[in-house]
Amino acid sequence: MTEVLRTDGLSKSFGGVRAVHQVSFGVREGELLALIGPNGAGKTTCFNMLMGQLKPTSGEIYLRDENLAGLAPREIWRKGVGRTFQITATYQSMTVIENVQMALISHHRRLYSIIPYAHKLYRQEAMALLELVGMADQAERACAILAYGDLKRLELAIALSHDPSLLLMDEPTAGMAPKERIKLMQLTADIVKQRKISVLFTEHDMDVVFAHSHRIMVLNRGVLIANGSVNEIRNDAKVKEVYLGGGNLFEKEKDSSNA
Amino acid sequence: MGLFIAQLLTGLANAAGLFLVASGLSLIFGVTRIVNFAHGSFYMLGAFIGYSLMQVLPGFFGFWASVLLAGVAVGLIGVIVEICVLRPVYKAPELFQLVATFGVILVIQDLALMTWGAVDVLGPRVPGLKGIVRVLGEPVPQYDLALIALTPFVLFALWYLISKTRIGILVRAATQDREMVGALGVNQAWLFTGVFFLGAALAGIGGAIQLPKGGADLLMDFNILAAIFVVVVIGGMGSLPGAYIAAVLISVLNVFGVTYIPQSTLVLMFVVMAVVLMVKPYGLLGREEVAGEHGQVGEPERPFKPAGTQGRLLVGGLLAILAFVPLFGSSFLSVLVSDVLIFCLFAASLHFILGLGGLVSFGHAAYFGGGAYVAALLVSTVGAPMEVAFLLAPVGACLGAVIIGWLCIRLTGVYFAMLTMAFAQLLWSLVFQWDEFTGGDDGLVDIWPAPWLSGTTAYYYLTLVVGVGGIIFLRHMAHTPFGYALRASRDSKRQAEATGIHTKRIQWAAFAFAGAMAGLAGSLFVFSKGSIFPTELEIARSFDALIVIFLGGVKTLSGAVVGGASLEFVKDFLTRFEYWRLTLGLLIIVVVILAPDGIVGSLRKFGERLGVLRGVEN
Repeated sequence: MTEVLRTDGLSKSFGGVRAVHQVSFGVREGELLALIGPNGAGKTTCFNMLMGQLKPTSGEIYLRDENLAGLAPREIWRKGVGRTFQITATYQSMTVIENVQMALISHHRRLYSIIPYAHKLYRQEAMALLELVGMADQAERACAILAYGDLKRLELAIALSHDPSLLLMDEPTAGMAPKERIKLMQLTADIVKQRKISVLFTEHDMDVVFAHSHRIMVLNRGVLIANGSVNEIRNDAKVKEVYLGGGNLFEKEKDSSNA
Repeated sequence: MGLFIAQLLTGLANAAGLFLVASGLSLIFGVTRIVNFAHGSFYMLGAFIGYSLMQVLPGFFGFWASVLLAGVAVGLIGVIVEICVLRPVYKAPELFQLVATFGVILVIQDLALMTWGAVDVLGPRVPGLKGIVRVLGEPVPQYDLALIALTPFVLFALWYLISKTRIGILVRAATQDREMVGALGVNQAWLFTGVFFLGAALAGIGGAIQLPKGGADLLMDFNILAAIFVVVVIGGMGSLPGAYIAAVLISVLNVFGVTYIPQSTLVLMFVVMAVVLMVKPYGLLGREEVAGEHGQVGEPERPFKPAGTQGRLLVGGLLAILAFVPLFGSSFLSVLVSDVLIFCLFAASLHFILGLGGLVSFGHAAYFGGGAYVAALLVSTVGAPMEVAFLLAPVGACLGAVIIGWLCIRLTGVYFAMLTMAFAQLLWSLVFQWDEFTGGDDGLVDIWPAPWLSGTTAYYYLTLVVGVGGIIFLRHMAHTPFGYALRASRDSKRQAEATGIHTKRIQWAAFAFAGAMAGLAGSLFVFSKGSIFPTELEIARSFDALIVIFLGGVKTLSGAVVGGASLEFVKDFLTRFEYWRLTLGLLIIVVVILAPDGIVGSLRKFGERLGVLRGVEN
């Protein structure tokens, strides 16, 4: 199976802290890949590098053959990578559909256009995207009054607007009610299947992770400790240790007492 | 060498007053986040009250008692201002409060005029410190030495208050996180009032203490305003040692400037500020601003659509009425209406970047006056035909905005505001002091329109077409992809950047466009008056536009135009009376308190409540 994204020895240090160390993995075409790990494992740092918020200290990120390491977020987006945020980021002063139209205008490179009315541009495309995420009936509402779950779905529509080949989702269900979480991830899984998009996402909710991902990677203390199918991860001794204790803190003490 | 030392000492002495006033401004901004335009007024009041007290209290101790009492009195006036004017508007959008403080400036100006009259008073010399000391043969006033010795103690006392006492800890905590301080059970209202007292008192003392070196007059409020903003910004917002270093730097530079390069004294201060901000964007000792989205706090702006048939008919009707003004009205009315139109275009151009872009520029007059000067200079030096000069003015203003925008756009919030102001002042001082080229204070005269446009009526129609056309064009831009991209960059930089929008470049382009439109207004202005003076580049002109935008409603599309027209007509009516500033100031304060969403915003809400307008669903 071909790989859409491939990282090679991705590392990031803040001063003396090695937040992410030599992380290499690939995202295959059409796959839902989860990146999990306890708090402070380096998931967010890893994501920020993929999305261009942070410049890696070393290592490469390849989108097919192009190196993305060090590019700005907007350049990475132009190469066909969509993203959603952990805390939603939408344009509060616009209507729901205008939020999607804005992304479409950018995608069609009409940002500096000063003749047409923006709210008339790419309306049908925008409406189709809203229908896809089940927001069509709310298209004309002000974005500022939406419920949080709806904002998350709107963000998904925005992220899909330039027909990305890869979608990066940073804790897509954070801050949502349990029922809503399952619904949103089901929606994402359906879209992935339908549009043949690959998704890499981080998540804290294990129900979501184990129900929907095709493959799971586990990060701990900046190092990738496991990478495999759902069942492999479920039975991985190291992962259990990280998540259920008996791992991190006492290991050193044990070492020193043995010594 | 002696002269050098003497000048250094004079500079250090001048720094004393400047530091006191600036530290007050810095404190008030740090804690309340209010850009207090009225701070210069507190300084002026301190000078006048100190002067009056010195007439009553005799001798060495009388002088120093007067200084302190002036501080207390001004502090109490500050408390009154804070309680009556600012408390009702703390919850309004950020920076809205500066409109209220602008009202306070006007009120205090007239109150001072009523109390002390229109004469400049000369400060008394301090008993016991009247003499001079010879330093390397050069005379240095004893009072200067006293000030130099005193300032470090004041700095230390303030530093101790802020760093070591419980009150100081609360003040610093509030500077960092107001909400948290409130959540921990501190009465914020009184903390704010207390800080306002201290800040105003420092300004008052600063005013009184400089009396023996200067005096008191009714212009000193605006005259010091630019300097203290510069000091606060160079030092770093909220940093007292920074303010001291900056005050010394500016004062010393100023003294040497006067001696060695007298033609550039005014420019010098702003050059220093511009250089400092470009190297250290948050001032010498300042910390990075916590991203408060200025002008955009509170309820988000409503989604908007181009005007419907009803709205267009309304505008069409209004235009028809305006078109008939020269036929039925007096020529006086024609002139008034063109003045208002020109001002509205200027304000609308600022509103474009401020409202849609969240870019609060304090120096928009640079492009209005700049455009006017480009046209005037083309006519007077090259002898360009009016039509060419008229069209090149916005081009020139746009070029200026491109350069200044490139330097400013990387900063945000209040630092962006200050840097834009610095460049506007730079331009102003350049024009003011470059006599041979710009005519300096005497301005440029005899700049008249082409024959086919001369005459009140012909020029009126030009103003109507260009002015209204410009305003409609600005409105149109708000609805285009470019306008939307600008709003997107303001609403969520994160999302915008993540969907391919180069936010800084969009903002830069918008800044340049707004500059061009302001230049167009300036172009209309210069040919309607036939002359241009440096006053059109002043801070006061920038503030005018800023004020009407907030008055009209920053989060509405028509805010600038409605606010501009209302204020200009009211001003035209009020200026016939002696104490018009007092009335206008009170009026502004009342509007600010009653209509925190601005005229248009508040009318809209009122209409929705009555059921006349369709409200936003909740």
